[in-house]
Amino acid sequence: MTNVNAIYINGLGNLSPQKTTDSSRFLDEVNRVQSNRLACIEPNYRDFISPDILRRMGRLIKMGIASSRICLEDAGCKMPDAIITGTGLGCMEDTEKFLTTMVRNKEELLTPTSFIQSTHNTVSAQIALLLKCHNYNFTYVHRGWSFESALLDAMIQLRNGRASTVLAGGMDELTNGSFEITRRLGHWRTKPADTFDLLKTTARGSIAGEGSAFFLLSSAPGDNTYAVLSGLHTFNRKASPFALPRILNEFLERSGTSPGEIDLAVCGFNGDTSSAGPYKELTGSLNSAGIAAWKHLSGEYMTSSAFALWMSSMIIKNQRVPEAAVIRAPGSGAIKTILIYNHYLDLNHSFILIRKP
Amino acid sequence: MGIRVVITGYGIVSSIGMDAGEVLRSLLDGISGIGEITRFDTIHKGKLPLAEVRRSNAELLEHLGLKNKKKYSRTSLLGMAAARQAAEMAGIKPGQSLRTGLISANTVGGMDRTEDFYPLFLENQSKGRISEVATHDCGDSTEKIAEYLGVRDFITTISTACSSSANAVMLASEMIKAGLIDRVIAGGTDAVTRFTLNGFNTLMILDKTGCRPFDEERAGLTIGEGAAFLVLESEELAIREGREIIGLVSGYGNANDAYHQTASSPEGIGAGLAMAKALEMGCIEPAAVSYINVHGTGTQNNDLSEGIAVQKLFVDTVPPFSSTKSYTGHTLGAAGAIEAVISLLSVQNGCIFPNLRWATPMKELYIRPVTSLLRNIPVEHVLSNSFGFGGNNSSLLLSKYNSR
Repeated sequence: MTNVNAIYINGLGNLSPQKTTDSSRFLDEVNRVQSNRLACIEPNYRDFISPDILRRMGRLIKMGIASSRICLEDAGCKMPDAIITGTGLGCMEDTEKFLTTMVRNKEELLTPTSFIQSTHNTVSAQIALLLKCHNYNFTYVHRGWSFESALLDAMIQLRNGRASTVLAGGMDELTNGSFEITRRLGHWRTKPADTFDLLKTTARGSIAGEGSAFFLLSSAPGDNTYAVLSGLHTFNRKASPFALPRILNEFLERSGTSPGEIDLAVCGFNGDTSSAGPYKELTGSLNSAGIAAWKHLSGEYMTSSAFALWMSSMIIKNQRVPEAAVIRAPGSGAIKTILIYNHYLDLNHSFILIRKP
Repeated sequence: MGIRVVITGYGIVSSIGMDAGEVLRSLLDGISGIGEITRFDTIHKGKLPLAEVRRSNAELLEHLGLKNKKKYSRTSLLGMAAARQAAEMAGIKPGQSLRTGLISANTVGGMDRTEDFYPLFLENQSKGRISEVATHDCGDSTEKIAEYLGVRDFITTISTACSSSANAVMLASEMIKAGLIDRVIAGGTDAVTRFTLNGFNTLMILDKTGCRPFDEERAGLTIGEGAAFLVLESEELAIREGREIIGLVSGYGNANDAYHQTASSPEGIGAGLAMAKALEMGCIEPAAVSYINVHGTGTQNNDLSEGIAVQKLFVDTVPPFSSTKSYTGHTLGAAGAIEAVISLLSVQNGCIFPNLRWATPMKELYIRPVTSLLRNIPVEHVLSNSFGFGGNNSSLLLSKYNSR
């Protein structure tokens, strides 16, 4: 791949159940919990949003604005050429609030705020509004491919030259209602799981999570470049035949990489034994690569691959895998190439490839 | 010159017809789909109109040859019906070797079923039929449509409020130009729900008499439902495969108004930028545009803002324009695609469909919409506007196909 097409990750902003908002620290202290759900460690939003608008603002919007602000500042970017977000479920708190009032009040005496904020594009719209950014603005809402779609669009906009900087992010919030519904659908551990034991114990179900992570992607390197985004692929379980090594090899070939070059595979192991198969198959075919995981730190949610891209970018920049994330330590050489592999409910699979700049 | 993206198929389901033929007949005959609420129980029945698709879910299932009613939201059923027509017109069949994608759009996913589930769930969180809420997320209908048509190579869903499906056409075109995919079925679907009806009602922007776009007395929009999809591919591929080319996606623009979460700026900044970008990409002078299918919701705010943006961009060469939401209602996430199909019908049939229920010019504007059918006129370039909450403004430039 030529440098003409290189896409640089020049800024990060990550709000998660871990202390991830300060880029000078990298998971050196883990928020260890015993639970089947994780909640974001939220900053003082007044540091990011003026009190008059903060008061009525939905939680996911606040999370999105804070993390996008951190990202823009980290990259030293004031006005991106595009804002592209991905969210599996959007502003759930406001959606539930409007639905609840509508049902309880039998459609009477309703107020518009939660309806307005329930729209899936509210996060990217509010970021644009606060920045007074009239540029390209998009929101993707496709389950485990929501964030990947945002990244894909960012790559297209950068490569066709219509944008030289793109603010791209993935975010989802966990509410009591959405937790309860997904619990009934069998997504979560029935007993509380320990952060450090989740990936070691064998049981059905994962732990629920949430987060909002933003990236400033650019066609030029910056003072603070973390990594180069060099490949992205989404694929379907229904692809026939579902031959993971073949799909991986074709993807790596298109991205100008060979399997032997992968130093670390960051995989979406989530503690649910029924979902581990594809990850084991992939890591089994990459003998020389280290393995890391993130969902015991972030929880499982539709856009958790955004947390994975944050973690992987930090690994490249810091040249170390945080102890809490290691499954199999990488070799002693430099960590130059990282493959992120995630799947959501074995339906939406994705590869993201990043490299040392 | 770069790769040109052409249209080789389309499908539409709306309150004015279950396919393009029926829709065209209604458009020509001036028959609107706006009427009484019949889909669900609501306190607004008899007071507020809707533009409903005149088929029950059971009828849609039968129409599609499906049985498992627990599996599909109405959003999915409408989407499958429209996408199937588009795929058939373009000759898309499962198992072909071309890389085929589905890019769909909607605003409230399977909310039509979630709101049936919710009352019991609110009483007791262990109650409510869980299958009713498993189709809630916006991606569900896209997965169902893809499964129904056997599309596997690329699938995603866009939600940018009422500009969603215009953006689906935009992403599809970008992916084809970048060589990431061979052909895409792109569009959107949305079903009427109590959630959106009550939501827009709290904003007091629903016209009790049915929407009257660009009329001085306009009092809001009318919510509609439906779905539409276009099949897009590169010109080279369409020619090689010997397909009939229906039209050209010659430009598109996406901009953000960045003015207010729901209201449009008085100067129509975002609307003007989106239209200008579309014309610029198509290398088309404003004067060359034959027709604007305006967003024209019928709210005080939209029509004024959009009208001012049109006047500013076109000055003394404002082309004929109309809002076909006066026929279909505002179909939210499906609107961009439904109006793209209507724009193609305009190009193909050399006619411009009137803006219904218009009587009085807006005092702030010097332009007024087309109010009676224009026939036998050359329609070369149509600009189709779609604007949404969050200032998400998009404009598509669709043109008559001419080989280079």
